[in-house]
Amino acid sequence: MVKKRVIPCLDVAGGRVVKGVNFENLREMGEPVELARRYSELGADELVFLDITATLEGRGPTLEMIGRAADELTIPFTAGGGVTGVDDARALLLAGADKVAINRAAFDEPEILTALAAEFGSQAVVCAIDARGGEVVTHAGREPRGRDAVDWAREAVARGSGEILLTSIDADGTRSGYDLELTRAVVDAVEVPVIASGGAGQASHLAEAFEVGAEAALIASIVHERPERLLELKAELSEAGWPIRS
Amino acid sequence: MRRSVSWPRNKRHRRRMRDQAVSDTAGRRAPGHRWTVAIADYGAGNLRSLSSALVRAGVEPLVTTDAAVVREAPLAVIAGVGHVESAAAGLARHGLDDALRERVAAGRPVAGICVGLQLLFGASEEGGEGLGLLAGPVRRLRARRVPHMGWNSLASTRANTLTCDVDGCDVYFAHSFAAEPSDPAVSVATVEHDGTIVAAVESGVVAGVQFHPERSAAAGARVLENLVRWSRSA
Repeated sequence: MVKKRVIPCLDVAGGRVVKGVNFENLREMGEPVELARRYSELGADELVFLDITATLEGRGPTLEMIGRAADELTIPFTAGGGVTGVDDARALLLAGADKVAINRAAFDEPEILTALAAEFGSQAVVCAIDARGGEVVTHAGREPRGRDAVDWAREAVARGSGEILLTSIDADGTRSGYDLELTRAVVDAVEVPVIASGGAGQASHLAEAFEVGAEAALIASIVHERPERLLELKAELSEAGWPIRS
Repeated sequence: MRRSVSWPRNKRHRRRMRDQAVSDTAGRRAPGHRWTVAIADYGAGNLRSLSSALVRAGVEPLVTTDAAVVREAPLAVIAGVGHVESAAAGLARHGLDDALRERVAAGRPVAGICVGLQLLFGASEEGGEGLGLLAGPVRRLRARRVPHMGWNSLASTRANTLTCDVDGCDVYFAHSFAAEPSDPAVSVATVEHDGTIVAAVESGVVAGVQFHPERSAAAGARVLENLVRWSRSA
């Protein structure tokens, strides 16, 4: 039986890991690859690196850091942020990322998902969806797009996305739990794994996300401050009966 | 353009490889010499993490499109991501498909990783045709959640080298298709995901794993060491 995954997410801005609340008021948390290695040692099942300012600043992703992560890590990781099309995504995958996350570019041009799935297989294509009040928003939460997130998730999978990374901006950084209603709706709408994101504060929040069918749960602020919390979270979930990699 | 990247690139890795080569006198072929692993480069793979992991396993990986290198190296590996169809076309473009068949005919070991394992087999439901080194089709997974994504525990189905000491361990899978060997004895380990999936195969000088050992932490490192050990005695 495939295990439920606990995935620390490293939001990277200017080469440093940062974390904010509701995508604002960013605070610095450390060097990305160093922190990633620490999480790997502490039992992270997978990692996500998101270059959160790339789209806003209109530049491409940071390949050098991805290459170092590929050399040093022995667990899978997804890279995203600033992916504008097939060339960016290819560069990230060839630099060593196992999967690539695409957000705004896929929404604007869904054919990108199809092209990437054709070239790299859908297991390497993660469609990242940010939602506020169930509506798709892009540009780090700044642009509402007037489309239902569940509806977009369904199309993204039909076009070739092999996984959905679903972030509730309402819940992001609040530590009050994932948006379970939205997570359940997306899980029910697609056949690919769904990663719940935004709002994790304690182990029971992750358990709730698994309960509504998420295959994985993203965590950030709760482990950035004290990485050892990751070990405790996984132990608590395991004790609660969830299939967790030890 | 010939694109051969020689690994490792730094002194620390080179020293580690040399120490390993000297300490390993159990290998049948020329103990004390470097064990080069040719990674067939068909242009659509994440080969960097595998290269790094093979360095950690004590061998010298060489990512190459050179058919002669792929034919003659002590071990040749087919890895990467993507479709059987595009991967097979990529191999054929550089004559690596024939090189791989020739080395198997000559009794030299070939290992496939993830889509590389699928390439060892015949026709794929995804489109395209594998190398036919092992008999059987590649079929789409019939499970509630596809791709089969994440850590899942290996179950060895018979004594073998590849999954030695990792029986029951979690390793990382990321695939939507899987090989279905005609000869059940070819499968040496399986995994459960709404049904039984072949996770590792071993037959003569041909072996493969459906998961990603380079992304499977300590258990994956052990599988790569096992793979090298297998290639030295295959």
